[in-house]
Amino acid sequence: MRESSPRKSSARVSSRRQINLKIWLTRHLQVALSSLGRVVRAPFSSLMTICVIGIALALPAGLHLMLDNVQVLSGSWDGAASISIYMEERVSDEQTAELAKRLQLESGISGASVVTRQQALREFRELSGFSEVLSTLEENPLPAVIVVKPDDALSDPQQAQALADKLTAMEGVDFAQLDLQWVTRFHAITEIADRFVWVVASLLGLAVILIIVNTIRLEIQNRHAEIEISKLIGATDSFIRRPFLYSGAWYGLFGGLISWLLVTLSLRLLDAPVARLAGLYQSDFILSGMDFSTFSLLIGCGSLLGLAGSWIAVGRHLHSIEPS
Amino acid sequence: MISFDNVSKRYPGGHDGISNITLEIDPGEMVFLTGHSGAGKSTMLRLIALLERSTGGQLRVGGRNLTRLKRSQIPFHRREVGMIFQDHRLLSDRTVFDNVAMPLIVAGLGHNEVSRRVRAALDKVGLLKRERAYPITLSGGEQQRVGIARAVVSRPPVVLADEPTGNLDSELSQEIMTLFESFNQVGVTLLIATHDLGLVRRLGRRTLLLSNGKLIQDNRAVYADA
Repeated sequence: MRESSPRKSSARVSSRRQINLKIWLTRHLQVALSSLGRVVRAPFSSLMTICVIGIALALPAGLHLMLDNVQVLSGSWDGAASISIYMEERVSDEQTAELAKRLQLESGISGASVVTRQQALREFRELSGFSEVLSTLEENPLPAVIVVKPDDALSDPQQAQALADKLTAMEGVDFAQLDLQWVTRFHAITEIADRFVWVVASLLGLAVILIIVNTIRLEIQNRHAEIEISKLIGATDSFIRRPFLYSGAWYGLFGGLISWLLVTLSLRLLDAPVARLAGLYQSDFILSGMDFSTFSLLIGCGSLLGLAGSWIAVGRHLHSIEPS
Repeated sequence: MISFDNVSKRYPGGHDGISNITLEIDPGEMVFLTGHSGAGKSTMLRLIALLERSTGGQLRVGGRNLTRLKRSQIPFHRREVGMIFQDHRLLSDRTVFDNVAMPLIVAGLGHNEVSRRVRAALDKVGLLKRERAYPITLSGGEQQRVGIARAVVSRPPVVLADEPTGNLDSELSQEIMTLFESFNQVGVTLLIATHDLGLVRRLGRRTLLLSNGKLIQDNRAVYADA
């Protein structure tokens, strides 16, 4: 008997706690739904707010997606980056072939092919149109070349440059040159564009917060009487704050959905011209749409911005309403 | 239950709402507060409900020292003080039921408990059949009874009423007073500000008379029926 009674009472406490938790969750659900109801019941003004938020979010989201696509493209160009190793003249063809074989086994290199001095001269003759001038030369002026393909893992241009530097330092190598220097430049440009997207996103995120602050401020004004009476009968600040926070989050969430819709529609419009352009370059590149994680990020950001905006509005205006 | 110890309220600008009031109201008392308009009746009620803070003295309600109460504690104090206003202060966009349910929802009661208590309170004031109605469709007396139901639904130990019969004829006023007496019988402490002196005299309860913010008379009533 003695042992069972504290156990019983602790069981009672925990079951009471469970009931309280249940009531608390039910209340939150009710408040969330009634806030949703309030948003839906004023469709015109809500839709205006939501669309403005949607457009503000669509711009950075669209830019981000474009940048992603460009980076996919540049990724495929990175693969084309190669390093040409110009051999010293004194090195024989056999030694060059030997070196190429050794390089193939090195880490960071996926392939190495040799262009002998003879082959180089032949190619140059065919392609340059200087064949007659060249035939007057007594000696072949062209060096042997090993074309090295870096590993896919070596997509970073800085690493590729380091590899080129290492190759230059090798015995018998005159110098090694990283082709497609523009890949480096292109990376620099996309980095700037990336920054730019972040700046735009921050500015427009700020705009979204301001829109929500204003919307919630109006809502607080409209519900002045309700807030006053709630305070009169003992509502805590958090109780009064809650419906407005939910409203803000709903606005943000719907704004996120609208922005997803806008971005998806815009991509659809761009699909055909992009395919045509890609066709001109013999590429089967297609614009990739928003994946699920970006979509959730967009919706999440929308809701968070909404929450932040309503928090600011509520913080500024709720204290000014006191029952009289 | 309510104790004023040299309590003053001076408004910014130097006007005194009440000055140096000392009095004690016991648990279960029903007390009237009278005096000309501007005498400080409302100020006293507002100080008890912490709608305003006193500027001097000590004010205690139910053992709680209001002078030292933190802002975050005010809601919990107000839950123990029911307030009734002359203009009812009902929300016009909510039904009678929802208006009365507000204090319980604010206090975080469960759905079943809320409906049970709201119906009991509405039954008490005789408006159970109008629970789905909106306040605007009710008469003045009915609206006041909704306001009373809201004030008592959470069973606060103290109920304050500011001119509850101000807009009502004498018959309706009498009904409201009968209602108050029935709350008082179950132990609720009531403080009612009114200038309907006829009504006050008829009921024969303790009456406080205020003039220019000062307590000038405290008639410990001889209970007519005791």
